[in-house]
Amino acid sequence: MFSSLKFRQYAIQIFLLLALVIFFLFIANNAEENMAARNMTAGFGFLEEKAGFPILFSPFIEYNAAINSYFDTFLIGFGNTVLVSILGIITATIVGLIFGVARLSQNWLVAKIASVYVEVFRNIPLLLQITFWYFAIMIPLLPSPRQSFTLGGDWFVMNNRGFYVPEVTGDGLSTLLYALLFAFVLIYFFVKWAKKKQAESGTVLPKFWLSLLILIIVPTIAVVFSSGNLELVFPEKGRFAWRGGWVVIPELAALWLALTIYTGTFIAENIRGGILAVSKGQTEAALALGLSRSQTLRLVVIPQALRVIIPPQTSQYLNLTKNSSLAAAVGYPDLVSVFAGTALNQVGRAIEIISMTMLVYLTLSLTISICMNIYNSRMKLRER
Amino acid sequence: MTLQEFNHRYQNLQYRPGAVGWVFKNLLSSPFNILLTFGALYILYLIIPTSLNWLIFDSYWEGESSQDCNFDAACWVFIKARFNTIIYGFYPQEHLWRPNLVLLLLVIGLSFVLIDRFSNKLRLRAGMVMLFAFPFVAFAILHGSLFGVEIFDPIVRTEQWGGLVLTLVLSLGGIVLCFPLGILLALGRQCKTMPVVKYVCIWFIEFWRGVPLITVLFMAAVMLPLLLPEGTEFDKLSRALIGIVLFEAAYIAEVVRGGLQALPKGQYEAADSLNFSYWKQTNLIILPQALKLVIPGIVNTFIALLKDTSLVSIVGMWDLLNSAIGSTRDPNWIGYIIEAYVFAGALYWLLCFSASKYSQRLEKKLSTER
Repeated sequence: MFSSLKFRQYAIQIFLLLALVIFFLFIANNAEENMAARNMTAGFGFLEEKAGFPILFSPFIEYNAAINSYFDTFLIGFGNTVLVSILGIITATIVGLIFGVARLSQNWLVAKIASVYVEVFRNIPLLLQITFWYFAIMIPLLPSPRQSFTLGGDWFVMNNRGFYVPEVTGDGLSTLLYALLFAFVLIYFFVKWAKKKQAESGTVLPKFWLSLLILIIVPTIAVVFSSGNLELVFPEKGRFAWRGGWVVIPELAALWLALTIYTGTFIAENIRGGILAVSKGQTEAALALGLSRSQTLRLVVIPQALRVIIPPQTSQYLNLTKNSSLAAAVGYPDLVSVFAGTALNQVGRAIEIISMTMLVYLTLSLTISICMNIYNSRMKLRER
Repeated sequence: MTLQEFNHRYQNLQYRPGAVGWVFKNLLSSPFNILLTFGALYILYLIIPTSLNWLIFDSYWEGESSQDCNFDAACWVFIKARFNTIIYGFYPQEHLWRPNLVLLLLVIGLSFVLIDRFSNKLRLRAGMVMLFAFPFVAFAILHGSLFGVEIFDPIVRTEQWGGLVLTLVLSLGGIVLCFPLGILLALGRQCKTMPVVKYVCIWFIEFWRGVPLITVLFMAAVMLPLLLPEGTEFDKLSRALIGIVLFEAAYIAEVVRGGLQALPKGQYEAADSLNFSYWKQTNLIILPQALKLVIPGIVNTFIALLKDTSLVSIVGMWDLLNSAIGSTRDPNWIGYIIEAYVFAGALYWLLCFSASKYSQRLEKKLSTER
């Protein structure tokens, strides 16, 4: 009986479970003893205490060190992490797309430049790139607020406090957002209807141009005929600093730039691989059927390339989100820098704070990968 | 006339473009292409002369102090002056032969493993030596003692290790240590008969892959001392290494899993039909084939690991990046920060680029062998 395979399998599993339970009990016991020895208490009560330290950048929540709690710093850090991740994902995708296509260009010079870009920037650590843009370029070279570099009056202002552009504001802003949302819903149903019509009667409507028209007309009508107004707030020169407008602080700019350049190289490789994976016969077959060049690209090549591109693209987006935690090196107040950095130094709740931080990243990772999996399964080849 | 004869006779008549033809075909074939070429040339004109002048033609090489440099071009005198700090960190100056010896052994050992002129048997043996013996030898030489036995006279504590040497210790030590763990995790994840083992492995892998390395290093730095029994002391290096190994093992596990899944089912069935036990089957049939398949993936993980070791500078260790940047805080050398970044970046780039070229070559070779 003892030598039977089934028995051994059960024994191993029970042993593993027991070992895990003992391991966690051991750790919990140690933590309790160590904290007792250092007069520390466990629990999340500290989250309600006043934080009392300044935060450099909080675009979503009005922050006041004297009023706001540690939990608010957690939320602000989280918001800043999401902000830089989304910005980075958008720009890295654009850069990756451009260079990925450029590497396949017929033009020898363009293809070579693109491959030099990819080979140089993906083989240098991201942390080095982030700190390079910040400490070696932005800090020494950006002018002081007094000697700001301006473009077109106050349309664009650049100094060592940040990059300023006019802010769109006013009570018409919410109307505009709702109108945009409504336009997208309208476009969704329009495209669905147009496809149905094409399937029934063969009439092809200019879907793209009509959608663009909807996207422009609906918000314009909404803003013109509603009571709310939109205005531009220009950055204004104060006594010590520039005020107003949207501002990208140098810390965010350096992080964003480095994330874009670094992740862009990996995305470029994904895209190149995806396009190469579509066999030439597909293009030739589509052309032989009488599809135009753009139709071939849109209906035949891109859908098949996307199938190859999406899975590695998901992991690049996840990597970018996780890599945004390197913000700590330049002091951009993301989750790790504010919460697992400053807040941890102040209250010393290592276990609670590190666990919360890790949980956030785990949730973000799982959310992105679930969304991409859904998208991926919809794009997948349905084999019969 | 056969086709071969035809080709042989008329090959001289085939159209082969000369230099001018090449330019017209690859650079000037259409109006859009012409536009692209001139755009690219203009960008190169903007970047290359300035950078070459700054890096090489106008730069300062001779001299010893910052008086010999100007800020208008690169000051390599600075790198010369701080070279030892950037490569060896705070390792005692009079004992630099020890890290040098380790680097020399490393180069010799790796060349036995990597150069395919040598017979496979020799390469495998050298690989085993590098994997199992070299880490201990390297530690003994660098630190001066092994398992408490003193071998070399002054003992150099790990806090004094730094620079490129520390980066190599972290990345090579990391890959050697996380390798067995990663293989076990991959095997566990593939295990169909024991669901507990399978799910423990999946959770472990997904957890470490879902969090950023910097939080893992923070955890190793501030949380680990709280979780261990009172009085257990780890130096900074071991704590960082534990974090790196746990993190990187999850990635290695996924790479190895790819190899396990790529093996044809017949291999498993053949081993079963020979009535091999699980470990016999794994060690003799499955792993040798699976690992060979994933060598390029492992090299890529190593490249990622090498770049990731730069993160230890955030938890206050003096690796290559931190030593280079730290050197610019020397009051005698204020303002030469770009030089420090260029030098450190070039070293990282050289290591990662050559590793990735090696892995690409291997990939090509493996794909033709099958």
